[in-house]
Amino acid sequence: MELGTGRLARLFVYVLLGAAAFSVAFPLALMALNSLRNNFDILLTPLGWPSDPDWGVFWRVWQEAQLGRAIGNSLIIAGGTVVIVCTISSMAAWVIARKEVPGWMVVSLYFLATTTIPVQMFIFPLYFLMAQLGLINSPIAVIIIYSAIFTPFSLFLLRTYVLDVPMELEEAARIDGASDLRVFTHVIIPLITPGLLTVALIVCLNVWNEFLIAITFLQNADAATATARFYQLTGRYGNNLADLMAVATIIALPTVIFFVFVQRRFIEGISAGAVKG
Amino acid sequence: MADQSAADARALTATGALSANIARPMRRRKPPNRKWLFLLPALIVSLCVVLIPVVVTTLLAFTDWNGFSMPHWVGLANFVTILGEARFWAAFRNNCVYTFLFATLPMICSLFAALLLMTIRKGRTFFQVVYFLPVTIATVILAQIWRSMIYSPTSGVVGWLQSVGIPVDNPLVNPDTSLLGVLFVDMWSWWGYLTVIYFAALRQVDRSLIEAALVDGASRWQTFWHVLRPSILPTIMFMLLMSIIWSFKVFDWIYVLTEGGPGFSSEVLATLGYKTAFQSFEVGRASAYSLSMSLLGMAAIVVYLRLQARREKV
Repeated sequence: MELGTGRLARLFVYVLLGAAAFSVAFPLALMALNSLRNNFDILLTPLGWPSDPDWGVFWRVWQEAQLGRAIGNSLIIAGGTVVIVCTISSMAAWVIARKEVPGWMVVSLYFLATTTIPVQMFIFPLYFLMAQLGLINSPIAVIIIYSAIFTPFSLFLLRTYVLDVPMELEEAARIDGASDLRVFTHVIIPLITPGLLTVALIVCLNVWNEFLIAITFLQNADAATATARFYQLTGRYGNNLADLMAVATIIALPTVIFFVFVQRRFIEGISAGAVKG
Repeated sequence: MADQSAADARALTATGALSANIARPMRRRKPPNRKWLFLLPALIVSLCVVLIPVVVTTLLAFTDWNGFSMPHWVGLANFVTILGEARFWAAFRNNCVYTFLFATLPMICSLFAALLLMTIRKGRTFFQVVYFLPVTIATVILAQIWRSMIYSPTSGVVGWLQSVGIPVDNPLVNPDTSLLGVLFVDMWSWWGYLTVIYFAALRQVDRSLIEAALVDGASRWQTFWHVLRPSILPTIMFMLLMSIIWSFKVFDWIYVLTEGGPGFSSEVLATLGYKTAFQSFEVGRASAYSLSMSLLGMAAIVVYLRLQARREKV
């Protein structure tokens, strides 16, 4: 559709959209540019250009703040969560999509209801249980909690992919004597792989950025994810904003680059659900 | 919380489709049906992490548990206490203000931006990617950027504006504006997500309808109101519901930007419950906050669904 006919009108539209883009990018640019300046200059004005960029800051805070460790923790937890979520939600999605089990409707409604429940409704008992079991600061506890939280969304997303798998393929495999498990691993899984990739992308991004559960269950510097580590550092670097912004840049950059590379798949993934409904 | 966004979005749409095929007869009977075993792992994880703890939290709301000693049954005492507290009502009021503004203002801005995107050919992807960027960055990082680089009077843009003589102040330290200061940052990070979704919905509207309307001499406003608006209304209503659900659960932004202060001026039920449980270890009372929050959230959803049902009848 081409609504803006006049050249002036079109220019005006670009000015408006550009202004909006600027207002979104401006705070992010402040983060990146000020990480290269020194603290004294920042206190004079946050708006200066880094005339003498201090590129060494990234390596320095990487070591000081043990960011390698924190990013490693994030990757372990994200990886573990992705593996569990993809496994259990694809299995459940198959059953729910095919409606061959009595009670599938109740189970779907249950999973749907869990997405509206606030985290504060279940983390208090979990926290004190994990404390009893000595699992605070353990990635395992966090992986299991994330798996439960991200399963409903993955299940309903994968369900739409299972629905696209023709029933005839399953039946053909059954006639050849394949068991349920074999049908699942050899017919369903290969055909819903694009769905599994989308789930993996979205779960990775959400785990990397998750805040509440990470700061509650991972309290040590050694155990923290990148996001939780950043929160721990806000106190320590409170007086050194250049260093704090450098840490922020290091933690934000992977997700931004990741998103820019997969943006087409990502945007299609998130909008398809809302638009089809 | 935007990070759950895609999750809940899918979940709700999926059930819309679920109910359509209930009546279809079973394709064939194959004894014995062991497929329910495939449902088991997901159910077990969810029961252990969500359902059982939710039941425990509900029971704890009627006790004086402090996380360590034996809990004692205290009946409704926790609820009587919190209903008499100024901070509970402050938090409840803040939740309502937050949810109302969060569900309306970004909705209008994003719809407008998506319509503008429809009128251009070049740069659509670029603008979408830029608008979406904050959604991909952790809330704690964005909140810290706003706190120290923008709102701060010593190191932020606000301080620079003051130095050139423009009378602005850090909204987070003033009880009258602290909630709005947080809300603004949340909306700033969120509207791009809505824009991307509305744009996707608008692009699915049949082009010939739009062209026909324009050829017939409809103004742009009439085209929007009579052609585009009805086609994307389901998407708008769905995102409205999701905005209500997410914004009622707001925690990260408030916890990082103000911790509910100054006073209780930006406290919400989520931060109140969390702090009561993990800073003062009054788990019984914290559970009562959580339970009230869930019930109020559910009430908001029910009211919304009622209103929508009435709209559809008319």
